[in-house]
Amino acid sequence: MMRHLISAADLTRDDAVQILDTAEEMARVADRPIKKLPTLRGRTVCNLFFEDSTRTRISFEAAEKRLSADVINFAAKGSSVSKGESLKDTAQTLEAMGVDAVVIRHSASGAPYRLATSGWIDAPVINAGDGTHQHPTQALLDAFTMRRRLVGRDAGLGQDLAGKRITLVGDVLHSRVARSNVDLLHTLGAEVTLVAPPTLVPVGVETWPCDISYDLDSVLPKSDAVMMLRVQRERMNAAFFPTEREYSRRYGLDGERMAKMPEHAIVMHPGPMVRGMEITAEVADSDRCTVVEQVANGVSIRMAVLYLLLGGNDSATPARTEENK
Amino acid sequence: MSKILIRGAKVLGGDVQDVLINGETIAEVGTGLSAEGATVVEADGQILLPGLVDLHTHLREPGREDSETVLTGTRAAASGGYTAVFAMANTHPVADTAGVVEQVYRLGREHGYCDVQPIGAVTVGLEGKKLAELGAMHDSAAGVTVFSDDGKCVDDAVIMRRALEYVKAFGGVVAQHAQEPRLTEGAQMNEGVVSAELGLGGWPAVAEESIIARDVLLAEHVGSRVHICHLSTAGSVEIVRWAKSRGIDVTAEVTPHHLLLTDELVRSYDPVYKVNPPLRTEKDVLALREALADGTIDIVATDHAPHPHEDKDCEWAAAAMGMVGLETALSVVQQTMVETGLLDWAGVADRMSFAPARIGRAKGHGRPVSAGEPANLTLVDPAYRGVVDPADFASRSRNTPYEGRELPGRVTHTFLRGRATVVDGKLA
Repeated sequence: MMRHLISAADLTRDDAVQILDTAEEMARVADRPIKKLPTLRGRTVCNLFFEDSTRTRISFEAAEKRLSADVINFAAKGSSVSKGESLKDTAQTLEAMGVDAVVIRHSASGAPYRLATSGWIDAPVINAGDGTHQHPTQALLDAFTMRRRLVGRDAGLGQDLAGKRITLVGDVLHSRVARSNVDLLHTLGAEVTLVAPPTLVPVGVETWPCDISYDLDSVLPKSDAVMMLRVQRERMNAAFFPTEREYSRRYGLDGERMAKMPEHAIVMHPGPMVRGMEITAEVADSDRCTVVEQVANGVSIRMAVLYLLLGGNDSATPARTEENK
Repeated sequence: MSKILIRGAKVLGGDVQDVLINGETIAEVGTGLSAEGATVVEADGQILLPGLVDLHTHLREPGREDSETVLTGTRAAASGGYTAVFAMANTHPVADTAGVVEQVYRLGREHGYCDVQPIGAVTVGLEGKKLAELGAMHDSAAGVTVFSDDGKCVDDAVIMRRALEYVKAFGGVVAQHAQEPRLTEGAQMNEGVVSAELGLGGWPAVAEESIIARDVLLAEHVGSRVHICHLSTAGSVEIVRWAKSRGIDVTAEVTPHHLLLTDELVRSYDPVYKVNPPLRTEKDVLALREALADGTIDIVATDHAPHPHEDKDCEWAAAAMGMVGLETALSVVQQTMVETGLLDWAGVADRMSFAPARIGRAKGHGRPVSAGEPANLTLVDPAYRGVVDPADFASRSRNTPYEGRELPGRVTHTFLRGRATVVDGKLA
C-alpha cells in the first residue's frame, strides 16, 4: 500500500481491489450495534478543509471515529488562513501538534500533492478533493457501489469491474469526480464513456482512457451505470451552455431517458444533486438511483483507506518509522 | 589608462586572436599582440562574444526590492555575461513617466555592473486605457526607445494601433506581451493534454497567436515596427514567419526556458515551473529552436522575473508567475542551440547581442569585436560543466527552474566599457 492517497491514477488494480475488499469488511462494522473498531486508537487525524464541503468532511469524520481515531477538524474560514497564513505554515502548525495523518480538501488543484511531496510535513496525506484535479475516495466509493450492484456483495470480493460499461454525464471540464473516476474505472477494467456538451470537455481529453460522446440518448442503452455530474447554474453565464432548460433537455436524466437504459442499470450521482437540472426528482427518487447508498459506502471506503494507510498493513508501520529517522 | 590583453580567445567562436583593451575601448585585435603594460587574461579555448544584451529583464526596483534591485539585478546580469539590460516597466510605481525611467537609468549607471536601459509603459499604469507620455520618456535622460506593458497585453486594438503609430516619430518600438485576456481568464498553464489531467486552468496557444496576428497586420497597416515578447508557440512562429515574408517590420524574442522546458514539468505542481506565457509542448520547443536558428525569431531575451521564496513555496494556484534567467541564459542557449548544431557562436552573438541592441537602439552595445569599438565583451568557457545551485546566484531571488540540472558553459569574464565586472567567474 502507498503512503499517501493523492490521485486515483496512482492506484494499481490490486491496490484498488484491496481497498474495495477492505471496505466490505468495514461495512460489516456498520451493521453491528456498536459501530466502532479500535484500530486507530491513540492516532490523531486532521481534516484540513480549505474549501467548504460538509458532506465529505462528515463522511471522513464518521470513518475516523469508527476507527477510534482522535479527530481534529480545521476549516479555513475564520481560521488563521483567512488572515493570510500559507498552506505550508498551516500544515506545519498542525503537524507540530502531533497529527498522524492529514485529510485535505483544497480549491487549488495539486495542493495535496504539494503537501505530500514538498517536505513541509511527514504525515500521510489523503486527498479529499483538490480543485478540478482529483477526488480519489469519491471514485473508490463509486467503484464500490458499482461492484456491489453490478457484480454482487459477496460475489464481488476480489473482483474488479472488467467489461462493465460506465457513462459519466455532465460538467467534465470542472469535475475532479470525472477525472478520478475515469482513472480508477479504467484501472478496474471498465469501459468508460463521457457525455457532455463539447464546451464542458477539456481540450486534451483525447489521451484519456475513455470514449467521448455528445449524445446522451445513443449511449444510455449501452450503459450498466450512468453517473450524473453536478452542473453549476453559473456556468451558463460563461457561455458553456445557453440556458438551464436547454442543458436539461439535452443532457439531463428524466424518466423517459432512464427507460432507455438496460433494466439492471443503475443511476449514480456524487451529490449534491441539482434536481431539475441534471436529474429529475422522478429519477433521483427511483430504486435505480444509488445516491443514498453512495453516501453510506463513502464511510466504508474512507475507513478502508485510513486503515490501510495508517496501520492496517503490518509492513506499513515499521517502514514509516524507518523513514522518519 | 588601464590595459587588458585577452590572449588566445576564439572571437565569436572563429579564429583564435588576441584582443587588447585600452581604457574603455578595444585598441587592437590580432595575433601575437604585446602584453606590455597590460593585465593578461589567458583565454585559451574560450569564446569571446560581444557583451550580451537582454531586451527583457525585470529589475523590480522601485517597489519590490524584496525580490530584486537594480544593484542585485545588474550584478546577476554581469554574472550571466550581460553588459546591457532593458528593464521592464511593471514596477511600483509603474515606469510610465520620465521621472521613474530616469531613476532606474541612473541607478544602473551608478552601480556600474551593467547598463540599464529602462523600457517605458505604453499606457498609464499598464491599464491599457490611455497612452503614457511616450515622448517625454524618450526625451528624458533615459532616452527610452522601447515601450511595453509587459505582464499585460495592450489588448485594445485602437490603443495598440495608436502606440505603434505614435512612437514612429522618434524611432521607438512597441514590445507586445501577446495574451488575449478573455481567453486566459484563470489560466494556470498551457492548455492541452497535461492541463486536462492536472485540472489546471488552460492558457491556450490561440490567445497568443491571435494577438500576434492582429498586431503584425496593424504594424503593416500603419507602417510601424513591432516587437513580440517571449514568443512561445509553434503557431506564433508560423505567423511571424509569414509576416516577415510579407515585409512587415516585426521582430520577436524567445526565452531560454521556452527553448528547453515543457509543460510536462508542471506534473510536479512545483510553482518554480509557473511562468507567463506558460511552458508549452515538445513540438513548440522544437519549433522555437528552429525559428531562432533560421532568424524568424530574432533574439533570445531572458524575461528574468525574480520572486521572493514565499511566492513560490506554496500551492500552484497561489504562486507568482516567472523565473529568474540572467545567470543561466547563455548556458541554456549553448545546450539547446549550439550543442544541437542549430547555431554557431557567431549566431549566438547575433541573437544575444547584435540583434537585441539593434532592436532596442542600445548605444555602444552589440558592436563588432574590432578596434575602436567600446570594450563591452563577454568571455565564455564552453567546456565547463556545472550543476546549477541557486545559492551561487547574484540575483536576490532564487526562483530558477534549473536547480540541480547540469548545464554547459560558464561566463569567466565580463567587461563593461573596459572595466572587468566579472573575473574568473566571480563578480569583480
